[in-house]
Amino acid sequence: MTLRDNSHSGESRGLIRTVLYDPTVRGWTFQALVLVVLFGLAAWLIHNTVVNMRAANIPFGFDFLHMRAGFDISQRPIPYTVDSTHADVFMVGLLNTLIVSALGIFFATIIGFTVGISRLSKNWLLAKVATIYVETLRNVPLLLQLLFWYKAVLSVLPGPRQGLMLPFSSNLSNRGLTMPRPVVGDGFGLVVAAVVLGIIASVIVARWAKARQAATGQPFAIFQASAALIIGFPLVVFFLAGSPLTFEIPELKGFNYQGGMVVKPELMAMLFGLSLYTATFIAETVRAGILAISYGQTEAASALGLRNGQTMRLVIVPQAMRIIIPPLTSQYLNLTKNSSLALAIGYPDLVAVFAGSTLNISGRAIEVIGITMTVYLIISLATAALMNWFNARVALVER
Amino acid sequence: MYGNIMKSFLLGAAVLGVGSLAASAGTLDEVKAKGFVQCGVNGTGLAGFGAPDDQGNWKGLDVDYCRAVAAAVFGDPSKVKYTGLSAKERFTALQSKEIDLLARNSTATMSRDTQLGITFTGVNYYDGQGFMVKKSLGVSSAKELNGASVCVQSGTTTELNLADYFKANGLTFNAVVFEKQEEADAAYDAGRCDAYTTDASGLYSIRLKMTNPDDSLVLPEIISKEPLGPAVRQGDDQWESIVRWTGYALIIAEEFGVTQANVDEMKSSANPEVQRLLGVGAGVDFGTPIGLSKDWAINVIKGVGNYGEIFDRNVGAGSPLKIARGLNALWSKGGLQYAPPIR
Repeated sequence: MTLRDNSHSGESRGLIRTVLYDPTVRGWTFQALVLVVLFGLAAWLIHNTVVNMRAANIPFGFDFLHMRAGFDISQRPIPYTVDSTHADVFMVGLLNTLIVSALGIFFATIIGFTVGISRLSKNWLLAKVATIYVETLRNVPLLLQLLFWYKAVLSVLPGPRQGLMLPFSSNLSNRGLTMPRPVVGDGFGLVVAAVVLGIIASVIVARWAKARQAATGQPFAIFQASAALIIGFPLVVFFLAGSPLTFEIPELKGFNYQGGMVVKPELMAMLFGLSLYTATFIAETVRAGILAISYGQTEAASALGLRNGQTMRLVIVPQAMRIIIPPLTSQYLNLTKNSSLALAIGYPDLVAVFAGSTLNISGRAIEVIGITMTVYLIISLATAALMNWFNARVALVER
Repeated sequence: MYGNIMKSFLLGAAVLGVGSLAASAGTLDEVKAKGFVQCGVNGTGLAGFGAPDDQGNWKGLDVDYCRAVAAAVFGDPSKVKYTGLSAKERFTALQSKEIDLLARNSTATMSRDTQLGITFTGVNYYDGQGFMVKKSLGVSSAKELNGASVCVQSGTTTELNLADYFKANGLTFNAVVFEKQEEADAAYDAGRCDAYTTDASGLYSIRLKMTNPDDSLVLPEIISKEPLGPAVRQGDDQWESIVRWTGYALIIAEEFGVTQANVDEMKSSANPEVQRLLGVGAGVDFGTPIGLSKDWAINVIKGVGNYGEIFDRNVGAGSPLKIARGLNALWSKGGLQYAPPIR
């Protein structure tokens, strides 16, 4: 920063002039001012809150996180007992939110892409069924759908003693889907290493194949080769290592199945509700993305001799993805935030256990709600950052 | 649900914003200025304690406590506005001055009394936690519930007692926790849980709402002490005294046979205790020192009746719940309801 034009006027006058007329200095000055005001406002709010809470005899602080929680949580991805602390409750709740969000995003994406493409199908029946699905489910509030699925899951399924026996010692009842739990033995690390090696090798093969096809025009069966590397190779290692994997079979003891893994009906209902609802929006996004690609592209691809599948895969979808990804990100964020409706049907997500039970037991409303909002903000920003990175990768490179 | 989270958030925002209110006039002055008592009651509806009837009027033991306080302040029990609250919202609503008085079947505990900036003013119902199970399970004691799934409402002492009881007895269980009582009811009814737990007073009314009430059975064990009582904000001694002594007046009235019907005749009673309660006689005035009128207790009893009448009408023999007085009988009749004397 250099001060110009202060040769014949006072020092202060020159300063004012610089601040007002030099665009760089002016920009920085006013941004700094706004920042100061913003921080001042935040500091005032926090100070006011603390003073008011003290005046009302409400303690403020985060010490409650180390206190014993004393209640049970039905779905525990990490070890948790009634003797765990509220900090553990927070972790369990957060993981349950992430589990339901991640699974929901996975299923919603698959259903959404399938339905979106089906709506464009030349098969009349398929297109109409997809349309009816989209128009029905996206116009009913999500909370009602969750309650419906929960009620449906519970009323369709029999009690645990009359549960449906499925293959592999699984059992489906209104207490959930009980499955054998894999118990890892010695030497399983080798199998994991084999999978990792397989993935690395198939990436290398894929690159080589692409380069060869570009150079010579000869295609290579990448899919089959990758399958052999990622699935076949670890299988061989698995048997060579002496099958280091056993299963804990769930048994009906007393009222319920003990042991094994359980997918609770609350999680099932959440996944049904979240995936089917969000998939309708994803389907519309996908349809819009594909329709936005000019038909001339399809004709050009046909003229080059590409088959229908290849046209879709190599010409249409890569261009459509540019349009699809930004709104898709919003849908992922919506799904994550909508997962907080879980407490209506007893799924123990972050809002249910932490902003619910912990809030009530500790009485620290401001702290708990503050932490919860921050967590959702962080999850959303992280998802958005990831999707923006992906978007930048698939964006059309303009030359 | 979202609404509740938003509400918690708004309550938080309200605490942020009450800068000037913190050191302002007492609750009594504020209540008098606005002309009604804002009372927090059971928003999900607990028959007998706080629930709207088929005409939309709030009814119940807790609701009558609100009405009694309104009668003490204004001489008119109808000067109450109700705020329906979930278990989760109730204490925040009181802290943030959304309500003046909380009468929502809330258990008085040490941490609530000392760490939340609120004070329990007494006990208007002595309760205890129990279990309800499906008869088809063939269970006759809570000790046989090892491994059971138990439906419970979140944010309650119930949730904590449940964990304590199973731990103390070396049993395992799986809690299925719902935010709203009716969601827990529906899940139990649909067979999601083997057992349902809440305060014993609630179990009977919830059992009546089941598709087949006769399929369920309330187990004999009472696993906790649940003294349910009204609460006010800490630090306003005058308002606390009004709420506390309104409750005592109801008990004293029952003790000396003063009822809604005979309160005017009782003004000529020769019993000095009754005279002090009703503010009869020269220089007998216990109302003015706490900011009320001389005849405050007459207004209370005229408005809602004595404790026995309130109990009978809402949860006792005169109600569908037909709960026996038990622990809630007067101390002189083998119960725990006891009030210090007015003098």
